[in-house]
Amino acid sequence: MAEKLLTRYNDTPGSHTLNFYRSVNGYQALEKALGMTADAVIDEVKKSNLRGRGGAGFPTGMKWSFMPKAPVDANGVAKPKYLVCNADEGEPGTFKDRLLLTQHPHMLIEGMIIAGHAIGASRGYIYVRGEFVRETQRLEAAVAEARAAGYLGSQVMGRPWSFDICVYRGAGAYICGEETALLNSLEGKRGEPRLKPPFPAQVGAFGMPTCVNNVETFCAVPTIITDGAAKFAAIGTERSGGTRLFCVSGHIEKPGVYELPINITLRDLIAHCGGVRGGRKLKAVIPGGASAPMLSAEEIDVAMDFDSLAKAGTMAGSGGVIVIDETACIVEVAARLLKFYEHESCGQCSQCREGSHWLARMFQRIEEGGGTDADLDMIAGICSNMAGQTICAFADAVTGPALSSVRKFRAEFEAHVRQGCCPLKPADYVPSAHIKHHASARL
Amino acid sequence: MIIDQEISQRIDALRTHLPTEQALLLPLLHEMQAKAGWISREAMAEAAQFLKIPLARVVEVATFYTMYNKAPIGKKHLQICTNVTCFLRGSDHLLACLEKRLGIHCGETTADGQYTLSEVECLAACGTAPVMQVNDDYHENLDESSLEGLMNRLDQELKNG
Repeated sequence: MAEKLLTRYNDTPGSHTLNFYRSVNGYQALEKALGMTADAVIDEVKKSNLRGRGGAGFPTGMKWSFMPKAPVDANGVAKPKYLVCNADEGEPGTFKDRLLLTQHPHMLIEGMIIAGHAIGASRGYIYVRGEFVRETQRLEAAVAEARAAGYLGSQVMGRPWSFDICVYRGAGAYICGEETALLNSLEGKRGEPRLKPPFPAQVGAFGMPTCVNNVETFCAVPTIITDGAAKFAAIGTERSGGTRLFCVSGHIEKPGVYELPINITLRDLIAHCGGVRGGRKLKAVIPGGASAPMLSAEEIDVAMDFDSLAKAGTMAGSGGVIVIDETACIVEVAARLLKFYEHESCGQCSQCREGSHWLARMFQRIEEGGGTDADLDMIAGICSNMAGQTICAFADAVTGPALSSVRKFRAEFEAHVRQGCCPLKPADYVPSAHIKHHASARL
Repeated sequence: MIIDQEISQRIDALRTHLPTEQALLLPLLHEMQAKAGWISREAMAEAAQFLKIPLARVVEVATFYTMYNKAPIGKKHLQICTNVTCFLRGSDHLLACLEKRLGIHCGETTADGQYTLSEVECLAACGTAPVMQVNDDYHENLDESSLEGLMNRLDQELKNG
């Protein structure tokens, strides 16, 4: 197995402190980067083939190069440029940012300062999901340490460049992981996605050119600068470099975050995590967070990089791998996922708002035995009116579990319709009270 | 009035980082809720006045985000994740245990005002599922017996005031 680049010092006591980080060559990449031109840093990141770890897998160096060099407003006054870290981790099955924020906050901060130098930003924001109260406290302490040590502030490491970081807490909305919704939220507004164009590189936070990257993406930057792009690119595939933090959860023997080469196969990844829980038979895997279409047990000989999973009809997404064994009912799993999307649709676009509710109710009805054959065909119709029809990719995400579950496990759906109940539940099964009134059960 | 000098100072400190008053709204509502426990209509009006922004702006934001409680909640807010991984690892059973123990349904508060039970979406701790957040803290790798132990500790904390 390739060496670990980001999580080498996991579970080392004090790994989150500046002292520890410096003792393992922390902030030396920053020193090196500040001695390079901005273009040279972007070039190095391009050569590393680092692709965004948030979900879309967009090449990071290219994203940085989209930032305007010297933007001015209508009056010719220079505009500030902003850098934003998306730490609104919320894609079900994903829990790597929490580990990085808790154990390696200085790696994130160093990566952000280097990125800030590359794009010429004056300020960075770290948007952390609101539930991460303890993680935010730790991050704020690390930012204060970095500021006191002169890595942040009006003269970064004594140079004539001012860059500071502000930690901003969200308040509970999955949609704020979408970058333009995040920008609205950072501006103190409802987290509703914006129509693109204009893209954030032109009109981002507070109307200024802005670059948004994921926590893991920033954390990969110091190692690329220190050890060189070639070493990073050599791990992984031709078009996607480095290791990836895979979050493996569900019916797996040893759940957790595993840093592995990005092109490991799903079969090897499952084996690496101890296999399916209790030696049971695998039924399905969601390979890239809840929005990624499911794979059946026969489809796991696929590499986990962005391109291979896309070719297999699903996506690498956020790296959240949810393992589902034979004891689970796929209809119930899908119904649970759709209930999540129903709750989290921001409501801006009618196709998504109505479609997510419709699907959630339909799947729950099928699970409870009230479905018909016509329902199964109607699901595809609803999905085709959602995917690609809305402002952001949320509606497309909803169709991931909806379509893949019916397509790959149609026999299970048909058994529900035929038998008028869930075949995996005892005959006297009554869904728990909270499911029946789930729509009103939230504060 | 909820906004005291301490809150006001903390919000002032953020002004150097955030270029608009509206951007201070989320941090302000977090501060107000930490003090008052929930965000009432009066609290929204107070926030609007403090930031000199229209009340409608505050209401639309406060009602958009799930973490702002729009009704009073218990001293301990039990927020159990029932999303897919927690569900696969038994969160429904834990929720049923909590409903039974507290004698309330999900979304309700006990008559003595000690506990509120809520169902939440993914807390991004799926590797240690099932997970429940109690106020600001995560409790992970829960099963029936560790949940019972946790609830006993919380009962004790509440008794000790």
